[in-house]
Amino acid sequence: MTLRSLATLLRPSQVFTLRGGVHPETRKHLTCDAEVVDMPVPPLLRVPLQQHSGAVAEPLVARDDLVLKGQLIGRARGAMSANIHAPTSGRVIAVGHYTAPHPSGLPVPTITIRADGEDRWGEHLPRLRPEIADPDEIAAQIERAGIVGLGGAAFPAAVKLNQRKKYPLDTLLLNGAECEPYLTCDDRLMRENAEELVDGAGIMARALGVERIIIAIESNKPEAIAALRRHRMALGVALSVAVVPSQYPMGSAKHLVLAVTGKEAPARARTAELGVLVYNVGTAHAVHLAVRYGEPLISRIITVSGGAIARPANVRVRIGTPVSDVIAFCGGIEGSADRVLLGGPMMGLPIQNLRVPVVKGTCGILALSPAETRPRDPMPCIRCGSCVQACPCGLTPFDLNARIQSGDLEGAVKIGLMDCIACGSCAYACPSSIPLVQGFDFAKGKRAERQSRKHQAEEAKRLAAARLAREAAIAEAKRAMMARRKAEMAARKQAEAGDGAAAAAPAAAPRSPAPGAELQP
Amino acid sequence: MTAHLPPPRIAAAPHTRTVFTVPRTMLTVIAALTPATLLGLYQFGWPAIFLFAVTLAAAWLFEIACLWVAGKPLAMFARDGSALLSGWLVAMTLPPYAPWWVGVIGAGIAIVIGKHLFGGLGQNLFNPAMVARAMLVIALPVQMTTWVAPVGLLQGPSPWQGLAITFAGAMDYDVLASASTLSAVKSQLGAGAAMADIAPGLAGLQDRLLGHVAGSLGETGTVLLALGGLVLVALRIITLAIPLSLLGTLSALSALFWLIAPDRYPSPLLHLTSGSVMLCAFFIATDYVTSPVSAAGKMIYGAGIGALVFVIRSWGSFPEGVAFAVLLMNACTPLIETYVRPRVFGRTRSGKPLPLVSGTGPGGRR
Repeated sequence: MTLRSLATLLRPSQVFTLRGGVHPETRKHLTCDAEVVDMPVPPLLRVPLQQHSGAVAEPLVARDDLVLKGQLIGRARGAMSANIHAPTSGRVIAVGHYTAPHPSGLPVPTITIRADGEDRWGEHLPRLRPEIADPDEIAAQIERAGIVGLGGAAFPAAVKLNQRKKYPLDTLLLNGAECEPYLTCDDRLMRENAEELVDGAGIMARALGVERIIIAIESNKPEAIAALRRHRMALGVALSVAVVPSQYPMGSAKHLVLAVTGKEAPARARTAELGVLVYNVGTAHAVHLAVRYGEPLISRIITVSGGAIARPANVRVRIGTPVSDVIAFCGGIEGSADRVLLGGPMMGLPIQNLRVPVVKGTCGILALSPAETRPRDPMPCIRCGSCVQACPCGLTPFDLNARIQSGDLEGAVKIGLMDCIACGSCAYACPSSIPLVQGFDFAKGKRAERQSRKHQAEEAKRLAAARLAREAAIAEAKRAMMARRKAEMAARKQAEAGDGAAAAAPAAAPRSPAPGAELQP
Repeated sequence: MTAHLPPPRIAAAPHTRTVFTVPRTMLTVIAALTPATLLGLYQFGWPAIFLFAVTLAAAWLFEIACLWVAGKPLAMFARDGSALLSGWLVAMTLPPYAPWWVGVIGAGIAIVIGKHLFGGLGQNLFNPAMVARAMLVIALPVQMTTWVAPVGLLQGPSPWQGLAITFAGAMDYDVLASASTLSAVKSQLGAGAAMADIAPGLAGLQDRLLGHVAGSLGETGTVLLALGGLVLVALRIITLAIPLSLLGTLSALSALFWLIAPDRYPSPLLHLTSGSVMLCAFFIATDYVTSPVSAAGKMIYGAGIGALVFVIRSWGSFPEGVAFAVLLMNACTPLIETYVRPRVFGRTRSGKPLPLVSGTGPGGRR
C-alpha cells in the first residue's frame, strides 16, 4: 500500500478516455483571467430554507428578530437536510414564502433579512484541529456549517461523508473539471485559494479515512493545474492532480471516476461502491473555512458571464443576494438577453424573476444573447448519428426520441431511458435542433407520474378491498349479534315457558347451536 | 437595481447548440462533391452540363411540388439543400449524353417516389438517388448504358450541338461512343476472353484515377471523389467506418478471387478505380437517413455493400452493382439498427449492470 502511495506521488495519474461528449465553445476567456471580487452586502437578502436536496430546514427566527452574521437561522430537519445561517447581520423582516430560484417560479419558505450594514459576526462555530480530531467530529462540524455540494446539485456534504460507514473508500476525488462553458468560479478558486482548498481536501480525506486524494482538472486550466501541482500532500494524505481532457460532460461524477481511475460504475450504483467519493473543489474550500475558522457556508464564488452581461466577472457573493443585484454589480444587462440562467448553458436553469436569490448551489449567473443560444426551429431527424456520437452514456437518443414521440414509453425505457444523465449533449449536437434531452426529461416525468398513478390506483384498490372486507365483517358481526340475541330471547321465552311446561325444552334446544356456528368465521 | 431587465425566455437546457445545421451539412456535402462534378462536366462537355442543370432544376421543382402537396412549410424545407443533394447525386450517376427527360424522370423518381412517398426528409428507407438509378437502369437499358469518351469541353460538341444532343435527342455522336471499363470487362469476360487479353484494351490506371475514362457523369474522378470524401471525414460530417469497410471488403473479396483465378476476375485495383465505387463509398453509402447510426452497424453495412458490389459485378447480369447493393443494404438497415447498439454506460452488452470492481490503483484490485 505504501509503495502504491509513493507511486501516486511521483507519477501523474493515467487518464482513461471516455466515449461521447461534445466540445461546445467554452467562452471561459470572458472571466477566467480576472481575480474574484467581493460584492458588497446588498440591502436585502432572501435566504431560502431549502437550498439543498432533501427536506426544508426549520426556521429558528421570527419576524423582527435581530440576527448576526453566521447565526443559525434554519435547522436541518431529518437525515437529508442542511443548516442555514444568516449571511450578514440585520433584522429579519419576513419569514414566509418567496419565489424559488427555479424555472417553475414556485414559492419556497424563505427568511428575508434587511442588512444593517455592519456585517457583525455572531458566535463562530467551535474550531477543530483536524490533525487530531475524530472523523465523526469533522463530519459533525461539516454538518453544523450547513455545507452542501457546491457543484450545483447541493447534496448535503455531511450526508455524503457518512457513506464512509457503508462502503470501503480509498480515494477522495475532487471535481475541478468545470466542464460547463462560461463557468470559471472553480478555476479561479483553484488558482487563488489552492492552499486552503488542499487543506480542506486533507480534512475531508482524514474524515473519510482514504489513502489518496486526486484533483481532476480539465486540460484547459493550466494555471489551476500548476497551482495545485505544487502540493503533494494534504494533512499527510498523498495528493495528485489528474489532467482530464476538456470535454463536456467530464464533470459528471461517474464519468470523471472512469476517466481518472478507469473504473466504470455499474448502472444505478454509486461511485462510493467503487471506493471513490467525489466532491466539488468549492466544497473542499468550504470545509476548510468551517473546520479551521468555524465559518459556516454563507457566501460563495459565482461566475457572472454571457454576451449580454456588461462586465463579466467572478464575484464572491453572500447567499441570499438577489440575482438582479449581482447582475447590476457586473454592469447590468447590455443589449438583449435571450435568457438568464442559473448555472451553465448545458444544464443550467432559466429564471423568469430576476429578484430570486443566489443559493448555495448557484455556480453561475449567465445572460446569453441570441447569438449564443442560437434558437432554431426543429427539423425532422435525418439520422445523422450526431446524438449517438455525443451521448456519454452509450444511448441512441434519436431512437429514444422516436419511441417517446410515438408514446412508447416502455420501449424507451427498454433501450435505456433511465440511464440518461440529462447532460444535454444530444440536444446540443443535433443539427436538426430536435429537443432530445428535453423530451427525455418529459418522458422520465411522465413515467414517474404513471408509476405514481398506478401506485395510487393499486393503493385505492387495496383500501377499497380492505373497506369491503371490514364492512362485511361488521355486517357479519351484527348478524351474529342479532342471532345471539334472538337465541337468548328464545331461550328466555323457553325458560319462561319451561316454568309452565318443562316438556317444551327439548324442542327448542336444536336451534341454539346454529347462531354459535355462524360466529366462527 | 438595473434600469430595465428584459423578460427572459424560459426554455429547458441546453441553452446553446452546435453551429451545424441540416442545410449546412447538405451544402458541405455538395461542396465536397463539386471538384469531381466539375471534372466530369469538363470531361464530357456541353451535353453533360445541360443534363446536370436540367436534373438539378427538376429535383428542386419536384421537391417544391411535393412539399406543397404535403402541406409542409416551404420556406424551411425548400432551403434545406436535401433535394439539391439528391438531384446532384442522380445527375452524377447518369450517362453524360442521356436526353434531358432521363434526368427529369430520374429526379422525379428520386424526389417523389424515393423520398416524399415515404414521408419526406429523414423518413425514406431507401437512398433516393439509388432508387432512381436502379429504376432507370431497368426501365431504360439503352439510354442508361450509352457511354461516350471523355474528350473534354473544348474538343467535344459545341454548345449548339450539346443542346441538340440533350434536348433533341440527336444521336450523331457515334464517333464518341465508348464502353465503360466495367461493361467492357463484363462483355469480354462473357465472350470467353481472359483478363490478360482484356486488360491492354482498357483505360490505364492513371486515366481511371484522374477521370479520363468513359462512365457516368460524376463517377469517373476517382481521386477527386476520394479527396472530397476525406474532407467530409475531416469535417466530421461522415466517419470512416462505411468507406473503409466498403472498400476493404470489396478489395479483400476481389483480391481473393483474383489470386485464385486471375484470368476470370479483374484485379482489386480495377474494382476500386472503376464504376461508381468511390462515389458510393464516400457519398452514397454514407447517406445519413438510410445507413445505420452506430459505428459497428456502419461497419456491417459498409461490408455488406462491398460484398454485394463484388457479387453483382462478378456473377450478376449487370456490369455495375452499386445501386442494387446499396438498396439491398438499405433494406437491412433497420435490422442492423435493432441488433447493433452501443453498450450503455455502466451496463454490459446484454443490458445488465456491470459487476462491481473495487480496489485502489487505477483499474486495479486491492
